[in-house]
Amino acid sequence: MSTNPLIRLARFLFFAVVVRAAILVGLGLTVRNRARLPKDGPAVLAANHNSNLDALALMSLMPLKLLPKLRPVAAVDYFFTSKAKGWFVTNIIGIIPVERGSAKKGGNPLAACEEALDRGEILVLFPEGSRGDPETLGPLKRGIGHLACARPGVPVFPIYMHGLGKALPKGSSLLVPFNVTVNVGEPLYGAGTYKSFMKDFEARLAALAAEETTPRWE
Amino acid sequence: MRTMFGLPEHVVYATAGVWALLALATALVLFLRWRRPGHYDELVSRTASWWWMIGAFTLAIVLDTTVAIVFLAFISYLALKEYLSLIPTRRIDRGLLLFAYLAIPIQYYWAATDWYGMFIVFVPVWLFLFFPALMALRGDTKGFLAAVGTLSWGLMLTVFCLSHMAMLLVLGASHNPVAGGVGLLFFLVVLTQFNDVAQYTWGKLFGCHKVTPNVSPKKTWEGLIGGVLTTTALAAVLGPYLTPMDHTWSAAAGAVLGIAGFLGDITISAVKRDLGVKDTGGLIPGHGGILDRVDSLTYAAPAFFHFFRYFFAS
Repeated sequence: MSTNPLIRLARFLFFAVVVRAAILVGLGLTVRNRARLPKDGPAVLAANHNSNLDALALMSLMPLKLLPKLRPVAAVDYFFTSKAKGWFVTNIIGIIPVERGSAKKGGNPLAACEEALDRGEILVLFPEGSRGDPETLGPLKRGIGHLACARPGVPVFPIYMHGLGKALPKGSSLLVPFNVTVNVGEPLYGAGTYKSFMKDFEARLAALAAEETTPRWE
Repeated sequence: MRTMFGLPEHVVYATAGVWALLALATALVLFLRWRRPGHYDELVSRTASWWWMIGAFTLAIVLDTTVAIVFLAFISYLALKEYLSLIPTRRIDRGLLLFAYLAIPIQYYWAATDWYGMFIVFVPVWLFLFFPALMALRGDTKGFLAAVGTLSWGLMLTVFCLSHMAMLLVLGASHNPVAGGVGLLFFLVVLTQFNDVAQYTWGKLFGCHKVTPNVSPKKTWEGLIGGVLTTTALAAVLGPYLTPMDHTWSAAAGAVLGIAGFLGDITISAVKRDLGVKDTGGLIPGHGGILDRVDSLTYAAPAFFHFFRYFFAS
């Protein structure tokens, strides 16, 4: 993320004005258990993934004073397809790029995430990896488990979201207003193995999803 | 008609009265909480929301007629969005639903320009014909009837019915020498909301015989009758001050508002029951969603508008 004060100001204005107007007024968020959200970093907000707007919606849940610490984690191959797009997601959205499949080549794809947590930042990430079929919970990737176990003191908040997959699903560029429901879960810590963490996390996300009555969409 | 701050004088005093009532209610709620801490959280957040809602409404009517109409259109937008988010929808209709939102600025434009003929046919005739045909042209017939039915009903309720508030505002400008369009809108909205509170309070205090046990178990005959009588009495007092109606006509209008408000309330309750939700949304802390708050207005606005138009403006 840039240290240039002008770019930081642009980022602040983008989130304070454009994102809040679109998400809070245009769409509307209903947040359950808002009090559970972390007051400060380091922390991980881990949600189900339905739409390109997911990260922006999660970031607008947090107070603006924490904005400099908010970092969505995103795949390099998807967002760095052009120079302008790369500049925008790096400097304005403030993402931490992760290279998909780099673990197979022997590197630690999560090194940048771990460093960010060590700096006290708040990561926004989507364990499903890709958006998949809108409004259905896909299988989770293991990265979140490895990250939690590498930093066992950092709370991981499971968050279930519904509605953005209808408002702006994969493959569409037409934004149709729908209310968004967000259900924040109790935080989890990576105490044991990543496998046991994944099991707990998956169960908690499913429990959050089960608390919501979501209308049929077919 | 004398004006103050650009508003009819009577509306200014009536607004001050509403704020005084709100301040009194707030003091009462805070006193209750002080006596038994932790017992009245819901009531406290509900009262806090009233400050926001009455504040927004006051601001909207103080500024300008256009601002008031945009404000009312925004309420329709929130209501339609909440409705479309609650009901089952088809993926194929996503783009079409965007068109449905476009109906709002158009419908409120007819009201703002005082084009009554278009205002009254746009949703029930033109959109009623347009959307099913558009869906048919898209070619997916599975769930067609449900999609057509839910969309048409939602547009009628959240756009057509609620837009009667804007039309009342415009109609009153030429037919209410006492306090203008704002006076009529104020009469409608304040009495309908007051009626909700009155029915709730009477029901809480004396309720025992249920009206609609399957739809809304908390609604009782005692609440309904007590509420309607209270609203009728208040309307009889307020009517001549805010509208061209005398005491008798105002009382009749109050009874219409009270009964229509009740019917709107149980209709939205039936929708919630059918969908298996408790609230229509979470927009207004302590109240639920926007539809939970304007449910009675969806019936009371057209009922009062046509009552007034038939007897006093035709």
